[in-house]
Parts: sequence; structure tokens; C-alpha cells
Amino acid sequence: MTEAADKESRHHRCRRGKIRATVASALVGAALGAPVLANEFGDPEQGLRVFDDCKSCHAVGEGAKNRVGPHLNGVFGRRAGAEDGFSYSNGLARMGRKGLVWDFDLLDRYIENPKAFASDTRMAYRGLKDEQDRADLLAFLRQYSDNPGDIPEAPPTLTGTDHSVAPEILAIQGDPDYGEYLSSECTSCHQLSGSNDGIPGIIGWPAEDFVIAMHAYKDEFRPHPVMQMMAGRLSNEEIAALAAYFEVVE
Amino acid sequence: MKLNRRGFLGATAGAAAAASLSAPMAQASGSGKPKVVVIGGGAGGATCARYIAKDSNGEIDVTLIEPTRTYYTCFFSNLYMAGIRDLRSISHSYGKLASDYGINVVHDWAVNIDREARTVSLAGGATLTYDRLVLSPGIDFVDGAVPGWDLTRQNKMPHAYKAGSQSELLKAQIEAMPEGGTFAMVAPPNPFRCPPGPYERISMIAHILKNRNPTAKILIADPKPKFSKQALFQDGWSRHYDGMIEWVGPDFGGGAVEVNADEMTVSIDGEVTKVDACNVIPAMKAGRICDMAGITEGNWAPVIPHTMQSRVDGSIHVLGDASNQGDMPKSGFAANSQAKVAAMAVRSALTGSKLFPAKFTNTCWSLIDEGDGVKVGASYEATDEKIAKVDGFISQVGEDAELRQATYEESVGWYRGMTSDMFG
Repeated sequence: MTEAADKESRHHRCRRGKIRATVASALVGAALGAPVLANEFGDPEQGLRVFDDCKSCHAVGEGAKNRVGPHLNGVFGRRAGAEDGFSYSNGLARMGRKGLVWDFDLLDRYIENPKAFASDTRMAYRGLKDEQDRADLLAFLRQYSDNPGDIPEAPPTLTGTDHSVAPEILAIQGDPDYGEYLSSECTSCHQLSGSNDGIPGIIGWPAEDFVIAMHAYKDEFRPHPVMQMMAGRLSNEEIAALAAYFEVVE
Repeated sequence: MKLNRRGFLGATAGAAAAASLSAPMAQASGSGKPKVVVIGGGAGGATCARYIAKDSNGEIDVTLIEPTRTYYTCFFSNLYMAGIRDLRSISHSYGKLASDYGINVVHDWAVNIDREARTVSLAGGATLTYDRLVLSPGIDFVDGAVPGWDLTRQNKMPHAYKAGSQSELLKAQIEAMPEGGTFAMVAPPNPFRCPPGPYERISMIAHILKNRNPTAKILIADPKPKFSKQALFQDGWSRHYDGMIEWVGPDFGGGAVEVNADEMTVSIDGEVTKVDACNVIPAMKAGRICDMAGITEGNWAPVIPHTMQSRVDGSIHVLGDASNQGDMPKSGFAANSQAKVAAMAVRSALTGSKLFPAKFTNTCWSLIDEGDGVKVGASYEATDEKIAKVDGFISQVGEDAELRQATYEESVGWYRGMTSDMFG
């Protein structure tokens, strides 16, 4: 087994441990009379209320059309950035081309912190921090997707991927000179011209977006093996230094 | 402070023009600035020269010695052979290194290094002095590695392992193969430049033959029991080129090969096969100049991982394929990564700039068929003993077509990034 595959399977094993714990608490809820089905952990009726926050931009249900955001019929199992007729950010469209298909886990991560998932997302939404609210919302949305097989039995939230970056990390003032040295590792692939072809440009990003994006890779929250590896060995100070450099370099 | 790369470039453009007009001799005996001579203008040498010049803000005189005026990258030369890219798209000039970075680019051969006097002699007669010397000469072939083959046979049986005319020759020979003919490759033993290179080349040759000559056969004689990305390549070969490629490993005599360039035959463990085109990739060693400098042990030049300094002579840094550094593969990406560590160490030694801990990275993309790209990569750090692998990843068998297409597109983006990192 390759290292990557081994890591992947370890990743799944620890995730399942977490799932069992959550199922147990859901069953307790059922015994107390809450309307929780054996194969559900979110409540679609509660989810309808959570959806109130979304519906100024997103439509779902019969005849739903793209509005400010894409319609959400069939969103489970849809390739990211792939709904016809909707103009997505480059980042989400790229993830889709790279094979990202929305499932419970990915939708859960995206809704939790959209900007950490895709820096350039056009979804102007700060994120939904409450795990149960997200579960309810997704339980509501999944009613409008055809394939219930795509939906897991319990919330696969992964410990250690709290992608909302801690304020003390965001507060680190990076040293742009150190960042310039470190950046030479980035420029083997990312062009200083800022070109976006094949490999995205990273010039002139706001430092905070850069820091959030790098920590999202470091925490394996964003899926890309090269970037997970590169970010994985950068310290908080090094990420801040790179952010400080790339923010101002021309 | 607002960092401004262009401002710096503008300030040095005048100095650049002056430097490129002056003869190497004058340059060597001119200003009191510390002098760096870089030998070899590939992924290691060009990058290192550029980073030293760029980051020292004119405090260091940098001379780059490279015999060829046009550099053809070995990476993507297999794609040229397949007709996916043209030769121009893999060719690069050294103009910007001179005009934008003030590097004194000298197109000549280095023929001698006097370590005592710290001088480099060029075939054209000039002698350059240095405070630090960077050697990034790439590879040469081990004499007698494949019985029946030597450099005088390279037109009949090209190695095509230094890109350019050799690549053109091999491409033409493959395209001229008779219907149903046989192409053979003699693959090299470890360690060698670009571990997935021979197998990407096989894929690209199969791609040509599938379109032009679908009954042709490909035979690989290989002294290695396994090779880079083997599962990915073999899976790809069976999906795209089923039945066309036969790989003969050492268990079946792949290591006991002789060739006859006049008869166009390849003998594998005594069994002689008539072939129509043959690519001989012999065993490799550090570019000859390392031997001349007396810094090799065995076939390669051992280095100190933290700075890429020769273990024999601390005023010489060795980069890329020629170095014996530990876990990194001999790749253009690796040479580029090592070049930046060496550039930092050279600047620190000569101008007292800050020395940060060395970090290294490598990723190798390979193309199996049009739109079917795979990659392998790792990160590394310096230990006292060697450059040691920290973490890595590899593409998986069974990835969907869109991911493979995206991986290919990523490699095209990388090519642009890498070549602008080398040549400005």
C-alpha cells in the first residue's frame, strides 16, 4: 500500500470512530421522543428554518432556477461548479474539474466556512458554525436530491479540522523577507506573473485569505495532495511570512 | 515596505548591458565584488545564477557558463516526440538572464578547474576566477555500460537523454519505422536522470505508433526489477496500448543486453532481435567536469545537504543530477529546488545575508496518453547525512478521466512556472 493510501485509510478509520459516537447520541435523542429516524441525524423540518438564511440567493424544490446562487436540486452527487448556466468562481470550477463531487462531508465543510474551502467563492456567506444546524440544513436539502445512497448515516465531522483559523494565528505578523525566501518553493510551480493556467496564481492575495487557505490545506480540509504536503510542513510563522510576501509582491 | 520586483529589474538593466559587453577576462579581474561562476545552464545552474543575481541586488558578479545558446528542456521532450508539443515550445534562450538580471552569460565549454587557484578555464581560452563555483553539469554516460554502444553510435541508436537534436533524431526514426516494425529501448540502471522518463517516453512512443503504425511492437530491456510509477504506467499501457508493449525485466535477461548498431539488433540474454529503431539509455554519471574537478566519489559528487557544498571542496556547490545528495530523484524540479538552497548559501557566505533552514521539494508529472497525466512527489529536508524524504504522495490507479486531465493541465502550468523560474 502506498503511503498516501495508507494515510487515507487511517483518516477514514478515525472518522468512523467519531461517527459511532454521534450515532449513539442520536439514539438517545430518539429515545427521548425527538423526531430522529434511525438513518438520520439532522432534522429536515429544522433545516427548513435554517434555509431561511439561504433562500434570498438559493432556490430549491420543483421548478427551482439559478438565482444569485445556483439552485440546489440534486446538489448531493453534483460535481462542484458544474450546474449549467451558473457562473462559478474559478476555485470551485477548478475543484469540480479535479473531480470534487458534493457529498455530505464536503457540503458540510463548505457551509461551515465557505471562504476557507474556496477562497474566491462568490457565496457571500460567513459560514454556519453550529454542527447541528448544518446537519439539519443538509437533511432538508437532501430531500431534493435523487440518490439517498450518497448520504451517510451520521455526520462525518472530522476532529482536528477546525478550519476556522484561530485569531492568534491570523494575528501573526509575517516577515516578508523570510516569505520571499520561502516563496522560492512556491515559484517552482506558481508563476510570479500571476498566471492562472493549470496552476492558480497566488500574487496579491489579501494576507488573511492566504493564511486561511494555507491552513485549510495544512489541516487537510482542502483536497489537493501537493498543496497538503507543501502546507503541511510550514509553521504558522512561515505561512504568515508567505502571506505577507505574496500580498505585496508585484 | 512595498516589495517591487520590477523596480529592482529596472535598476540592474543598465549594469546588465554593461556586463554582457565585457569579455570574461575583464569580468574576472574587474570590480572588487565577490565572484560566482556557475557551470551548466539547466534547471539547477540557470535557477541558481538567477537567484543569486536577483537576491544579491548587484552585490555579487555572476557568470554562467553554458555551451549551447538554445536550451531544450529534457522535461516535456517526450511530449515533443509524441507530437503533443513542438520543439520551439521546449526551447529557451539565456537573453533575459543577461538583460534583466545582469548575469554574464558565456557560451563556451569549461575544460578545467584549478581548485587551488580557484579558476575555471574555458575551451575558448579564457580563465575565470571565482570565490564560489556552482557545478550543475547534468549527466554523462558511463563508458562501456551497454556493450556495442558508445557515443559514436548515438546517431544510429540515439539516447535522446539530452534534449534537442537527439530528440529530433529519435522522433524521425520512430516515424520512419516500417509497418509492424519493432522499437526497442535499453533502459538504464539506477540511479539515473528522471526516473519516470524512460517509461513516459515508452508511453509517448506508443501514442505515436498507435496512430501511425498500430501493429508495431515496443520492447523494453530493463536491468531494474521495478521502476518509477510502475503500477500507474502498466495500468495505463494496458488501457491505451494493449498488447503493444513488452517489458523485459532482469528476471528474464533485461540486464544482460548487447546492441549492434550496424546490424540494428538487440540481444537480450543471448536472444537476438532485429529492431527498426532503438533508444539506448546507458548508465549515467555526473557530468565530466565534476571528475575533472576531482570532487566525485564513484560516479557522483557527494554534497552537504544543508548548503549543497561539495564534501570535498567547500567553495564548490554541486546541484541536480550530478550530485549525490540522498533521497531526492535526479529531476529538473529537484535541481531547481536545490539551486535555491545553494543560492541562499552562496549569498550568505559572500555577503553575510541570512541563512534559513534548507527545504526541498520535488514533483514529477508524467503523461501516459493525451490527457492522462499522473504525478508523484515528496518533500525533503537536510540532515547531516543526506537530503531525507519527509512526506510524499502519488497518483492512484483508477482515478477518473477528469482528474487525469486536470493533472496533465497542472503539469503544463508547472512547465511555465518552472521555465520562468529558470530563465526569468
